[in-house]
Amino acid sequence: MADMLPLLPESLVAGMACVILLADLFWKRRFRPLLYWAAQGTLVAAAVAAYEVRGPAARPLLHGMVAVDDLSTVLQITIFLLTIVVFAYARTYVAERGIFKSEFFVLALMGVAGMCVMVSAAHFLSLYLGLELLSLSLYALIALQRDSIAATEAAMKYFVLGALSSGLLLYGLSMLYGATGSLQIGVVASRLAALPAHDLVATLGLVFVLSGLAFKLGVVPFHMWIPDVYEGAPTALTLYVGAAPKVAAFALFLRLLVEGLHGLSGSWQEMLVLLSVLSMAVGNVVAIAQTNMKRMLGYSAISHMGFLLLGLLSARASGYADAMFYAIVYAFMTLGAFGIVILLSRKGFEADRLEDLRGLYQRSPWYAWMMLLIMFSMAGVPPTIGFYAKLAVIQAAVGAGFYSVAVAAVLFSVIGAFYYLRVIKLMFFDAPIDVAPLRGGWDLRWILSLNAAAMLALAPWTGTLIAVCRTAVHGLP
Amino acid sequence: MDLYRHIALSLAIWIPIAFGLGILFVGPRFVRMVRPLAALGSGLTLLVTVPLWPLFRAGSFAMQFREKVAWIPAFHVNYALGIDGISLPLVLLTAIIGVIVVMAGGSSIKERVSEYFAAFLLMEGLMIGVFCALDAMLFYVLWEAMLIPMFLIIGIWGGPNRVYATIKFFLYTFLGSVLMLVALLYLYFRAGESFDILSYYHLPLAQTPQILIFLAFLIAFAVKIPMWPVHTWLPDAHVEAPTGGSVVLAAIMLKMGAYGFVRFSLPITPLASHELAGFMITLSLIAVVYIGLVALAQEDMKKLIAYSSIAHMGFVTLGIFLFSRIAMDGALVQMISHGFVSAALFLCVGVLYDRLHSRAIHDYGGVVNSMPIFAAFMMLFAMANSGLPGTSGFVGEFLVILGAFKVNLWYAVLAATTLVSGAAYTLWMYKRVIFGPITKPAVATLSDVTGRELSFLAVLGVAVLALGVWPEPLLHVMTASVHHLLWRPGLRLAGPQP
Repeated sequence: MADMLPLLPESLVAGMACVILLADLFWKRRFRPLLYWAAQGTLVAAAVAAYEVRGPAARPLLHGMVAVDDLSTVLQITIFLLTIVVFAYARTYVAERGIFKSEFFVLALMGVAGMCVMVSAAHFLSLYLGLELLSLSLYALIALQRDSIAATEAAMKYFVLGALSSGLLLYGLSMLYGATGSLQIGVVASRLAALPAHDLVATLGLVFVLSGLAFKLGVVPFHMWIPDVYEGAPTALTLYVGAAPKVAAFALFLRLLVEGLHGLSGSWQEMLVLLSVLSMAVGNVVAIAQTNMKRMLGYSAISHMGFLLLGLLSARASGYADAMFYAIVYAFMTLGAFGIVILLSRKGFEADRLEDLRGLYQRSPWYAWMMLLIMFSMAGVPPTIGFYAKLAVIQAAVGAGFYSVAVAAVLFSVIGAFYYLRVIKLMFFDAPIDVAPLRGGWDLRWILSLNAAAMLALAPWTGTLIAVCRTAVHGLP
Repeated sequence: MDLYRHIALSLAIWIPIAFGLGILFVGPRFVRMVRPLAALGSGLTLLVTVPLWPLFRAGSFAMQFREKVAWIPAFHVNYALGIDGISLPLVLLTAIIGVIVVMAGGSSIKERVSEYFAAFLLMEGLMIGVFCALDAMLFYVLWEAMLIPMFLIIGIWGGPNRVYATIKFFLYTFLGSVLMLVALLYLYFRAGESFDILSYYHLPLAQTPQILIFLAFLIAFAVKIPMWPVHTWLPDAHVEAPTGGSVVLAAIMLKMGAYGFVRFSLPITPLASHELAGFMITLSLIAVVYIGLVALAQEDMKKLIAYSSIAHMGFVTLGIFLFSRIAMDGALVQMISHGFVSAALFLCVGVLYDRLHSRAIHDYGGVVNSMPIFAAFMMLFAMANSGLPGTSGFVGEFLVILGAFKVNLWYAVLAATTLVSGAAYTLWMYKRVIFGPITKPAVATLSDVTGRELSFLAVLGVAVLALGVWPEPLLHVMTASVHHLLWRPGLRLAGPQP
């Protein structure tokens, strides 16, 4: 039983999800607000548990199905923190739209449990299990607002494409099994090393695996679902979809490509170059044409994932740490941006068009400054933390000799700067068309302010944050 | 004094930034405190920077007042500061202009006063930081961070076409600097994972990488200076910016590009600098000659001064790439001189603009009748702008032309045309604005300069005359660093030493 202890965070989250589901059935309606606190408490407890059960070396558990190492600990804590922020931002929003129900919290917590399994998976089976637990929760969450046509349409699109990509991933994993005779990631890695270079089955497996992963991360040309889902889903759920699952999908890249298929790194580096450059190009250029804030942030997400791949394609441990830093910074930036959209919205008004930001500076100087920080951070302008994240991944690409990719990256970041600047222009230089006072609960206001201020305030501690990421990936090949 | 040596530069950077942030937070609630606080902030900064001059050991080319703290150990980024004879005058210029902008600022600024002063103080700190940074990444961070306050200054307090101008300004300069980032990262790996600028000076780089790095730097610095043909953002930005924004832009931000050439391009890529010197000189001469003619055709006073800034900065780049000691001295003096003269001219236009709310030359005429003191000051600055002996404008231009004679007669002839065209556009504008009969009734009602306006015009007037009559102290401080730059052991940039 003692060796099950490292699984405490996942078990806690999954167990509490069941408790919350049952509690809502038997509790009176007036106790419903307690669901929120139960969910937040669970996440805090899980984060503490994950910190307490950390260990220096990878410890395989459950006959090698999962392994708890520094990587999984750091990423799990990140995922818990991100979800705490998501719940805080979403509380009033979901209450006003009639989806403040146990389903919201249960599905979200189940998704978190799935992500926890993903980041600590050491076996194809557990990895796929975690991924599907997350995906199925996401499909259902997006469709939670049943009377919204846009939301159900988004959920349907996501489901069809998501199922297809899961199929691709599974097919690729089966080929890798065929080539190596094992589902254990560590064993696959060592047996791949013994195979001749450019083994056909293994390479084909890699192609399918990478396609599936690219879909989950949302990089071009597997990005089609992102804008539609971001726009169609209720903002509170776009928030959820846009943050923690990106970190978890990034972890899949590390677990599968780096730990499992390091022997094929020459092949996947070339593929990642293509995916990365295409994502930065399509994401940044198409985002300029958007008039919907959520859709624009969707395209911006695509371009950011392209930047993240820059760190991975270096195929070096320091590059993985840089990419991880980028993933975490990006997740918090995107939370802040959607947090502002939620803050501006109210019942019957989504505030998801770019025009709705007009004159925010005159309505609320504080939140206009906060959004300014987030936008400059997304554009990668110093001294905000987004710059250091971009610096990290571009540095990784240059260090690995990908000069032209690095040049392409910085040029696309200039193109990208335009649409972030446009948001600032709307907020600061234009007169407001909507003068309703801003609402939102105290938790939204406080955490949003902290979230945005961190974009600037964390800059002096970039070194520490990167050091944490470096420690996390030290076990990777 | 010993403690001062170790914290002086940090104080000069962080005092204005701290005051800027403070004003940003408390300003909206205590509007009456904003101006005194801003004056205190910029005054303290000047107070901290002034002792740098006497304490500076002028005979040494080494970096002085150095500070170094590890900042991002993962990338070997340090918070490393230091100044030599080239950066010291620029730091002082920034501190002086900072005080003047705060003194001048705000009579025309009625709304968002606290943000206005906060932005200027933040910029002041960042600009001083750029001139002090000895770590390439610190330099880049400060260099880029400056875009944010400038973007807001033009966009919020600018003229009618401000949004176009500010986005153009931001994207132009952002595009310029991102390529520099890639070049810096390349150097970082070549230098064995180090961002120490001074360690780049000893890198044995082959010709091709040198040329690529030079070009990457060139785009960043050329946009900032700005050199022809990437100068088009400047007139737009100047015309739309409020007076204070124009002053900072012209007096200091343009100098950062030229400073970049001296700090990065020349010492790091000497081979490429030599290879491409002809190209750089051609671009500079086009700026001097062609932009001088463009300035002649302007109807808007600010636009005219903006074009004249481009022409004068052409002189600076010309002087830098002639690789002669006299020309380099001239270029550096011209940088300081232009800092004072352009600031003064923009402030003069600001004084007029505050009264009549027009920058068009034809809206004025006969101003001397109602504003005699102002006319006298503007005469001084117009003369300095056209390079009259006895003013600071003369020293720089003369030295550069002298250096050009040694290299190539035609360079000198073309450069000297500025003495004609500069005088033509400046004095013609002066004549149309100040002299002649009063044709517009509004001009007759103008009141002469107030005490506040008089004070900052007087300070600048003294600076312009002092540098013009006795530039020796400035040259003395720069000598060792310029000498080291041009005749560094093993990497001789210039010909035989005179």
